[in-house]
Amino acid sequence: MTSARPTFTALARSAALAGLALLGLAAGLVMLAAVLLTFLVGLVPVFPSAVRLARAVTRLQRGLTARWSGIPVDEPYRPAPPPPVPQSDGWYRDGRTLYKRPTIPAFNQRWNWMTKDPATWRDLAYLLAAPLTNGLVVAAPLLATAYGVAWAAGGTPVMGAVWILLAVIGVRWYAPWAVRLHGQVAAVLLGPTEKARLARRVSRLDAARTEAVDSQAAELRRIERDLHDGAQARLVAIGMTIGAAEQLLENDPQAARALLGKAREASATALQEIRRLVRGIHPPVLAERGLGDAVRALALDSPLRTHVTVDLPERATAPLESAAYFAVSELLANAARHGDATEAWVDVSTQGPALRVTVTDDGHGGADPEQGTGLRGIERRLGAFDGVLAVNSPVGGPTTAVIELPRAFGVRPAPMTPWRYFGRLCWGLWPIALFPQGLVAMVLKLVGSPVKSWFLGLYVPGPFQWPVIVGMMLLGGGLLAVALATTVRTREAEGGACG
Amino acid sequence: MRVVLAEDLHLLREGLVALLRAHGFEVVAAVESGPELLAALVGERPDVAVVDVRLPPTFTDEGLQAALAARRQAPGLPVLVLSQHVEQLYARELLADGSGGVGYLLKDRVFNGEQFVDAVRRVAAGGTAMDPEVIARLLASNARNEPLGRLTPREREVLELMAEGRSNAAIGQRLFLSDSAVGKHTASIFTKLGLAPSDDDNRRVLAVLAFLNSK
Repeated sequence: MTSARPTFTALARSAALAGLALLGLAAGLVMLAAVLLTFLVGLVPVFPSAVRLARAVTRLQRGLTARWSGIPVDEPYRPAPPPPVPQSDGWYRDGRTLYKRPTIPAFNQRWNWMTKDPATWRDLAYLLAAPLTNGLVVAAPLLATAYGVAWAAGGTPVMGAVWILLAVIGVRWYAPWAVRLHGQVAAVLLGPTEKARLARRVSRLDAARTEAVDSQAAELRRIERDLHDGAQARLVAIGMTIGAAEQLLENDPQAARALLGKAREASATALQEIRRLVRGIHPPVLAERGLGDAVRALALDSPLRTHVTVDLPERATAPLESAAYFAVSELLANAARHGDATEAWVDVSTQGPALRVTVTDDGHGGADPEQGTGLRGIERRLGAFDGVLAVNSPVGGPTTAVIELPRAFGVRPAPMTPWRYFGRLCWGLWPIALFPQGLVAMVLKLVGSPVKSWFLGLYVPGPFQWPVIVGMMLLGGGLLAVALATTVRTREAEGGACG
Repeated sequence: MRVVLAEDLHLLREGLVALLRAHGFEVVAAVESGPELLAALVGERPDVAVVDVRLPPTFTDEGLQAALAARRQAPGLPVLVLSQHVEQLYARELLADGSGGVGYLLKDRVFNGEQFVDAVRRVAAGGTAMDPEVIARLLASNARNEPLGRLTPREREVLELMAEGRSNAAIGQRLFLSDSAVGKHTASIFTKLGLAPSDDDNRRVLAVLAFLNSK
């Protein structure tokens, strides 16, 4: 029965996730205790260990979400502080205090890093809340079965059989869906917040801008120097030569002719220099034909047998084309110079709105971006456009370099979907189901209060009261989960402006 | 001989017109944009066209495209393309139809009026005129080509001049060789490259260029 396998897999995963929710609850309680001990009693040293425990559990959760629901979840934490560095006199400074050993400054840094990061407190909230929200969603089939067993043990086998049957029949559709939903909710709660993502992006952009400005200034300086020492100097010489020829014209036409010939040669050389300079600034073929043909032209000039495939719907913006062009140029030159390659393949294509260029060669490999200044230069140039370079170059070859420039082509706006309205409805309804109809009714039922108010679970016949109450809580948790998942999906569809 | 000229820089255009007229050409049209050029080429059917690659309105490769389009309509229409820079890619496109009568030169070459006019005449006669820079880059990108490595330095020189489109007599003059010596060198080159020998100058050049382009 191969068709049953996905169900069993999903069920096993549900059980594991429910167990993890319970484990998380334990970790959350430990952390809560540690927080109370820290802030009420002053038992500071327990705090970092508790945070580490909580982070270990949430990290496990993120890993499972990525593997089982296919949703990669980034760690939301701020980067860990670097270890303290001693001053020149060997002491460690922390604010206005000096320490002989690094232990206390390191602890202070870690303390600040943990307490000031909102992700620490979001972890705690998640661990405490998970069993009631997405933990409950995945645990539902198990709970239904357990409830049926309880009825059967209590002497009502028919009721028990009905519940168990319901669980067995429903699980096929429910379990895979529940695992997916669990993942989506976990992704929202455990991933970086919009604010954290923006902060990270701002710092990355800041670094990229600094590099771009620096390299642009250096480039302009180089062009200025080249013009100054090359073409400009030659034009001065040409002017002088022509002037001298002018003076000789009357008396010594022969010498004048020789001087004019020299001037002509000098002007040809000046042109050659300017041509080389222009090629380095913005290759004419790139301006005339775009990236595809410019790469083909590069391939023709390369001593390698180079095969080019281009699949581009339109021209990317000029600065982006230029960055990609120079990257390919450098990669091909590297392959010919260092890699001993004889053949190369260049593939230029799109990946959604991103431009992707793959350069492969049959050289002996071993290229390392950390070592090669050329590769570093490419990365810097691409960095200004949020582009990345990935090099895979095992010793012995072949070398594959992939350049990806996001948002090279226009982003199409996402259409407004009915999903969004559905999500809003879920946002509105979940508290009603979870709190009054679920939790409050449960409390009333537990204390045996005669008040029924508007709580549905207390009006139905006896054996159905508990299922309805638990069902209401499940419904509330489920609605919340759906609402969260819908919000995420809408945000992703809108292009995920933050990456 | 009737010439159509396309060049957007006024000074250079006037200079070229004067140069061509001085050498006995009849300039039937001197235009400055791509669409005008195509109309002139198709309408005038000149004996040869001298065309700048970059022309208005787009300032991309307007001139080259017009020349290629005209050659599609009138196969073998002799076209000499001028440019501030040379690209193997463009040379390849010009040579692609294999019918000859194409030239591709750097603009600097007009400095030497005699040689430039000689190139125009060669193209008009159905020959080729490739810029030495194009040939140098073709040879550089063929550096690892096995048969080329077997040529002697002198044969290489002959090959370069031949690829530029020069006749045996011109090569001999340039390298101070007798006609028969040049003939011996070319025969040896053709054997080493595995090409079928041909007495027709133009076909011989096209064969060499096709060989170099086949990388």
